[in-house]
Amino acid sequence: MIKKSIFKNPVLPYVLVAPQLIITFLFFFWPAGKALVQAFLLSDPFGQSSQFVWFENFKFLFERPEYFVAMKQTFLFSTATALFSLSCGLFFAVLANRIIRFKSTVRTALIWPYAIAPAMSGILWLFLMHPSFGVAGYYFNEILKLDWNPVLKENQALVMVVLAASWKQISYNFVFFIGGLQAIPKSVIEAAAIDGAGPIRRFWSIVFPLLTPTLFFLFTMNLVYAVFDTFGVIHTMTQGGPGGGTTTLVYKVYADGFVGLDLGSSAAQSVILMIITIIVTTIQFRYIERKVQYA
Amino acid sequence: MIEKTPWLDRLTVLFLILGIAGLCFPLYYTFVAATLTLEQVSRVPMPMIPGNQFFHNAMIAMQKGDLGHKMFNSFLVALGITVGKISISMLSAFAMTYFNFPFRKLAFWMIFFTLMVPVEVRILPTYEVVSNVLSPINQILGWAHIQVNLNWSMLDSYSGLILPLVCSATATFLFRQFFLTVPDELCEAAKIDGLGPMQFFWHILLPLSRTNIAALTVIIFVFGWNQYLWPLLVTTKPEMQTAIIGIQGLIPKMDEMPEWHVAMAGSILVMLPPVLVVIFMQRWFVKGLIENEK
Repeated sequence: MIKKSIFKNPVLPYVLVAPQLIITFLFFFWPAGKALVQAFLLSDPFGQSSQFVWFENFKFLFERPEYFVAMKQTFLFSTATALFSLSCGLFFAVLANRIIRFKSTVRTALIWPYAIAPAMSGILWLFLMHPSFGVAGYYFNEILKLDWNPVLKENQALVMVVLAASWKQISYNFVFFIGGLQAIPKSVIEAAAIDGAGPIRRFWSIVFPLLTPTLFFLFTMNLVYAVFDTFGVIHTMTQGGPGGGTTTLVYKVYADGFVGLDLGSSAAQSVILMIITIIVTTIQFRYIERKVQYA
Repeated sequence: MIEKTPWLDRLTVLFLILGIAGLCFPLYYTFVAATLTLEQVSRVPMPMIPGNQFFHNAMIAMQKGDLGHKMFNSFLVALGITVGKISISMLSAFAMTYFNFPFRKLAFWMIFFTLMVPVEVRILPTYEVVSNVLSPINQILGWAHIQVNLNWSMLDSYSGLILPLVCSATATFLFRQFFLTVPDELCEAAKIDGLGPMQFFWHILLPLSRTNIAALTVIIFVFGWNQYLWPLLVTTKPEMQTAIIGIQGLIPKMDEMPEWHVAMAGSILVMLPPVLVVIFMQRWFVKGLIENEK
């Protein structure tokens, strides 16, 4: 798409797009290409020598259980984070939309956690939930007798990481749901009320169906967030442990590449992740296009 | 309200209070820890009433973690990412909407591709490029059998922290979308008045884009301040680290004194700038958040 009224200049447009394209080339295309090449090479840890090994790196990944465990944990972690933060966000948005007084104060109180960095969120929640010095950890063990020890137990570690990762995402979802709720015409709600539908019936029969586009959009955005942006949470809380229980795919790229210095394996994982993101983005783009058509 | 539902209204208020309390509790808890002494913070369970040691603890955190300097770094990096992202994407969006040139489509798709590959996915090869920004030139000349060994490392530098995060397809698309809605008459009038393209950009498009720029600034600033993985990789010198990495260094390790009160006082200081930005620029923030994702 282009404007009807345009400027003519043989050089200027290239000068204008150059900064973005140079940075894109240097920090996107070159590294992506490099990962693609490296995925087929076997290198020593110092990157001095390497040999072409075809699909060895991929084969090595898929022959061992670690990668599948990471895939499964990433799936569990990201769907749990998405579902938890979506339901909380929706619940708070519906409540905040009902009240008349203190509207903006309530909104601010529900929005500010968005500003917390995932890494900081990890530190705060670890301090809260730690089995030996956290207050929540203490009450889980002493009062609820839960046998809470996320430092050693995989499932509990996963719960802890999901809570920390969901925190800022609840605010994110809240913002979008409030927008979605306000876009629903008042007249539809009033018509249903005149027909005798109570508030809860109105929510499930009218409001919720009208929110489904927002819901699907947010679901993909939350998955993308949970898969790609939660490195900080995991690095500060569990370092992928215990026993690989919280090692997500992105964390594994880091752990194998920078800690384990296995360049080929890390590159092969990068390639797999790139393929996944390309699929997700394409689906998302299709979906957005459809939304535009029906809007 | 349509009908009177006193019990439902009460439940609404009750759950809202519970929800806000739940969302704010980790921050309250952090704040309480930041105001206690070492002896109080080590008690299990920790007291839930704030003490009076906050400024003392904050001073120790500032000194121990060199937080003043690191917060300055964070500020520079966040500002650099914000200014860089907005300027390069405005310029390229301007080129793609107001000029018709060969390779216009190609440029569009090249930028679109960056949507698909976040930095987290390709950290190792990007790290290699940053450790020698001229390595692609070495390699390309190497294919032409010209041996060169140019070397320019961006590790431990502001440019290394900023540039790889500057590229943004979303900001470019946002401005492209906005420029497409600007009336054509403005451009016609400008041309009749003898304005060149850059004058048109500077005097007409830029002022029109003010609200979009404000909204994006809030979002990108928070994004930049909160970066973790990338600063962790490209900085090794303490004086180049950002504030959040600095906090990581304050967290007590297994065999150290459990000085959580100092770590938490530091955390409060480091979390404050983005939280204040979101609270006081909430209108722009909400607008930016919703538009940035479209």
